[in-house]
Amino acid sequence: MALETTVIQDKLTDKFGGNVNGFIQIKDIFTFEVAPDAMSEVMGYLKNDPLLRFNFLTDVCGVHYPDSEKDRQFAVVYHMHNWYDNVRIRFKCFLNGDTPEIATATDHFLSANWQERETYDFFGIIFKGHPQLKRILNMDEMTSFPMRKEFPMEDGGRTDKDDRFFGRTQDNC
Amino acid sequence: MSNSSDIKMADAPEGYSGEGFFATKLDTVVGMARANSLWPLPFATSCCGIEFMATMASHYDLARFGSERMSFSPRQADMLLVMGTIAKKMAPILRQVYEQMAEPRWVIAVGACASSGGIFDTYSVLQGIDKVIPVDVYVPGCPPRPEQILDGIMKLQDIVRSESVRRRSSEEYKELLASYNIS
Repeated sequence: MALETTVIQDKLTDKFGGNVNGFIQIKDIFTFEVAPDAMSEVMGYLKNDPLLRFNFLTDVCGVHYPDSEKDRQFAVVYHMHNWYDNVRIRFKCFLNGDTPEIATATDHFLSANWQERETYDFFGIIFKGHPQLKRILNMDEMTSFPMRKEFPMEDGGRTDKDDRFFGRTQDNC
Repeated sequence: MSNSSDIKMADAPEGYSGEGFFATKLDTVVGMARANSLWPLPFATSCCGIEFMATMASHYDLARFGSERMSFSPRQADMLLVMGTIAKKMAPILRQVYEQMAEPRWVIAVGACASSGGIFDTYSVLQGIDKVIPVDVYVPGCPPRPEQILDGIMKLQDIVRSESVRRRSSEEYKELLASYNIS
């Protein structure tokens, strides 16, 4: 028997009230928002509830919305997968633009370790309680968080292109 | 010795010859020997490396020019061929490989990425390997054809053939290495 999205929504709303909201079906993935403070609790509930059984964390990633209001400038997106009923969900936590901090998911899924390191590497989002929060893909000497929109994509050390035509402004490493 | 006209012998260097002897400069003999036995160290990270595989193989056959043996240890290699995009995170490793090579050593940057960063004008990619190690020959192309790589290697042979045996202890050379912080 398949797990209905209405069941997921009702169970979460009963348990967490206003901390979960914005339920919407986007294409074939059921999506909602979670208050950042409640993230760890919600994830643990989704994983351990005998009916929900979202036993697999597919992905953790970040999004930068520099034009949004201060409290919603960063998002961390979690994808979870229930292998028993083959149902996927996605939930987002919006974070403050100045202090993007959220609890780690490594308490529930060890696989979140590298995914959170990657998100930290590119967006500078701090995962509180992460066992080893350091860069994973970029070189350790890098000082920027390159996927944040204020940092240019191009490298400042390029010598064979004329900066006037390529809009390069500052060094990014 | 075969008398077949298909076999092209290397020309003897300039010198003085007589009955049963031949005199020339040590530089030219050493240069000729070095130029015709350049052992390549392939540092292949992407598509240029695939072209290099064709260059090595029987159809283009790099061995015709004395580069029979791929040296996968930097200690026994003469020429470092850097083929492909070098990420900034890999730059220290490339540098370490270069430092492990014994003198005399030469470097060829094969393809656009190794020469200048190519299309990867981005924060994660080294904008040309000459940012971290000195380069002797640049081969353009994205990727270059095997003929171009061969041409680059033959250009390097010209450099090697005419290089003074004392170049590696010259002030200019020490300055060059010092500018890369390599001792």
